[in-house]
Amino acid sequence: MPTFFETKQLVTPGELLAEGEYQAGENTYLEGGKIFASRIGLADCDNKRVNVVALRAFYVPKVGDIVIGAVKEVGFNGWTIDIKAPYEAMLRASDVLSRPFKPQNDELSQVLDAGDLIVAKIASYDRAHDPQLTVGEPGLGKITRGQIMRVTPTKIPRVIGRKGSMISMIKEGTNCQIILGLNGVILVTGKNPDDEELAMTAIKKIEQESHTTGLTDRITQLLKEEKAKREENKVE
Amino acid sequence: MNEKTEKLIDKKGIRLDGRKADELRPVKLEVGVLPNADGSAYIEHGKNKILVGVFGPREVHPKHLSRPDRMVIRCRYHMAPFSVPERKSPAPSRREVELGKVIKESLEPALFTELYPRTGLDVFIEVLQADGGTRCASITAAALAIADSGIPMRDLVVACAAGKVEDTVVVDLYDAEDKLGAADVPVAYMPNLNAVTLLQMDGTLSPDEFEKAVSMAMDGCKKIYALQKEALKTKYMNVKEEIKEENEE
Repeated sequence: MPTFFETKQLVTPGELLAEGEYQAGENTYLEGGKIFASRIGLADCDNKRVNVVALRAFYVPKVGDIVIGAVKEVGFNGWTIDIKAPYEAMLRASDVLSRPFKPQNDELSQVLDAGDLIVAKIASYDRAHDPQLTVGEPGLGKITRGQIMRVTPTKIPRVIGRKGSMISMIKEGTNCQIILGLNGVILVTGKNPDDEELAMTAIKKIEQESHTTGLTDRITQLLKEEKAKREENKVE
Repeated sequence: MNEKTEKLIDKKGIRLDGRKADELRPVKLEVGVLPNADGSAYIEHGKNKILVGVFGPREVHPKHLSRPDRMVIRCRYHMAPFSVPERKSPAPSRREVELGKVIKESLEPALFTELYPRTGLDVFIEVLQADGGTRCASITAAALAIADSGIPMRDLVVACAAGKVEDTVVVDLYDAEDKLGAADVPVAYMPNLNAVTLLQMDGTLSPDEFEKAVSMAMDGCKKIYALQKEALKTKYMNVKEEIKEENEE
């Protein structure tokens, strides 16, 4: 029962990965007892399960995911939200307003207008229905300050790091609050634009170099160097 | 033409552009060339120059074109007015609409369309310069662009043509051979699954010649497939190498 790849090998769609008693994991498919890759990415095998960590993908909604989206349209009893997924998401007015919603009394565009950004959670989604969002939990709702950036959704776990090590390192190093939308949109809020800039540079670097080793060390170094540079400027 | 001034193949079996019967034109592939598209690819296949941009999966507009059980693929094949010696009208011609459909159908088997119902995938193919065999080159580039956009695929699709000129079966016909030759057989193919997704023929071939043409085209496909994989990996290998260099410094 062989596998045909080395751990962390870069594979392309259609590449034969394994044969026999293996399970097809993420970004792979099974055909005629053989497992093939379906996306470009890094192959690995975990307990007889063959996975490909994709280097590029799009976001597919999942119930319970925190996402960041932009209001696309104000409707009669809710908003359409662009969550950078193949489907448009809906946010209902009754979910946002704490009282019963009456179209006669409430002007929805005064609550959220087209172009506003929100942090929301996916309340429901399946094959037949577009995703429904909810903001009825602490930490969710309209974004009032900070900067937004986008990365490929598959790289969000890399930005988080093992048990959150990477993200907490960036947060500490830059004094920024960072909210990661699982749809690949990231909100960075800091005390000043410089801090936000630095956090974004670090995240961009992680996205570009996610498939290489020793990344944590390089990010630590980047943060250190930039900090030292800033100290110098202050003295001058 | 009532009298050919020159033969398409000389006595030594060398073709007009200097190739042997089983020799491909040089192929250059590049991935991720258009930052505004979700995925993109550029191919230079001999004198063909083709740019492909892919968008999606996304909502389909107009809505009635979407399907509740699968993703729809829309493919626009378009030749630039300056792509051929005589100016081509930029309006889509009968031939371009047909090629769009044919290319769409040759890409479809490679995709898991049933996974993303109610969505659409748009593939835009712009032929910047044409010199015979653009449908094959377009398929090769379109498959790369789709893979680049991160859409799951069963395999990359590669295409290559074979045909008959001066009673010889040759691979990868260019413009003059296509027009003056006896037959042209484009083949699109998924090498790892050993599945043919496009097989056309214009002209006449005997059954033996046809079989030879198909097998030659498939051999051509396999050669281009290697380049395709290489191009897809190059985008990420470059980053890896840069870091290696940085570390060595």
